[in-house]
Amino acid sequence: MLDQPLIKIVLLVAIVVITLMLNRSTAGSRHQAVRRLLLVGFVLLAAAAVLFPRLLTQVAQALGVGRGADLLLYGLTVFFLGYVASSYRRMRQVEQQVTTLARELALRQAVHDRREHGDGPAG
Amino acid sequence: MSGMTLSPRHDDAWLVIPLFNEATVIERVVRDAREVFPHVVCVDDASQDGSAELAEAAGAVVVRHPFNLGQGAALQTGMRYALEATDAAYLVTFDADGQHQVQDAEAMVCRAKEEDLAVVFGSRFLDDRTRPGWVKKIVLKAAVWLTNQQTGMRLTDAHNGLRVIRRDAASALDLRQNRMAHATEIVLQLGRTGLPWAEHPVHVLYTDYSRRKGQSLINSVNILVDTLLK
Ligand SMILES: Nc1nc2c(ncn2[C@@H]2O[C@H](COP(=O)(O)OP(=O)(O)OP(=O)(O)O)[C@@H](O)[C@H]2O)c(=O)[nH]1
Ligand SMILES: [Mg+2]
Repeated sequence: MLDQPLIKIVLLVAIVVITLMLNRSTAGSRHQAVRRLLLVGFVLLAAAAVLFPRLLTQVAQALGVGRGADLLLYGLTVFFLGYVASSYRRMRQVEQQVTTLARELALRQAVHDRREHGDGPAG
Repeated sequence: MSGMTLSPRHDDAWLVIPLFNEATVIERVVRDAREVFPHVVCVDDASQDGSAELAEAAGAVVVRHPFNLGQGAALQTGMRYALEATDAAYLVTFDADGQHQVQDAEAMVCRAKEEDLAVVFGSRFLDDRTRPGWVKKIVLKAAVWLTNQQTGMRLTDAHNGLRVIRRDAASALDLRQNRMAHATEIVLQLGRTGLPWAEHPVHVLYTDYSRRKGQSLINSVNILVDTLLK
């Protein structure tokens, strides 16, 4: 617990944030914008890491991680978890929309059928 | 439960039955139920064994989902139908697999009327008629505990498909859990209405058929995850 304390805190916070994301209510365009900004940031970081490998190592050491490659791996892990979380939420949203659509269709059809076959709404 | 046979047919209640591949029993279940409850709506979830036609032949209204959405989604659809296309005063959620007793449903409707209750939950753990087997019992009890934690209610049974819901309470429902995890959601949403409710002892029949068709132990993992992730 005492070695590499900073990176542990950073990674744990990231994981907690991702877990919270899973439970948060939907936030349409703002959420999407944040996701895109993160993606841009990620691309820039990746480019910087390729162009200036020394820089990556320096950042890693500042954070208390031994090598730049390790930092990259940690970052990737967190990014991947975030991706899983956000696509899970997207999927739930789409599922909800599909359900609404299917339900509306089914109800219309049922009401229509009853009118056609003439026994009118009972109850 | 005496004195309830005076009016054997309950015209103001609609049975809402989620239906998925129950061809073996559905015709019988609907016919038996209609002796007491003439109005039945089955929500067929793209069954592949002709369940929908059998239910229709037995006199039920059938609402057909174009593809399988799950039991929770089917309940919501069925309740929408009863609320919007009929003037039902009470909705009774009832299983298609023959596990529920029509007399229990009848007693629950009578109780809702007599005691002016908006919701009557069936519970198989208020007496010892129901024999689910000990593994199932442990899983169900764990589900009850979890549901009570999440909803702040004190129920003795959670995943019981037999419920009587008065129109005003049913109108407040908006189930978003398409599959089995709706059981907790329904308790939560009904509890939030603040309307009066009670539990009523029911007998859930565990036959070889229902055991084969019913929820496997492994699927309780899915129910748990769905319940926790919302
Ligand atoms: N519409 C619809 N109904 C379903 C689906 N799965 C199950 N059902 C119905 O829901 C009811 C209860 O299903 P079961 O699988 O027996 O669940 P259960 O009674 O809670 O679990 P057991 O105690 O194991 O029997 C039955 O009427 C089924 O036909 C589904 O995907 N869609
Ligand atoms: Mg069953």
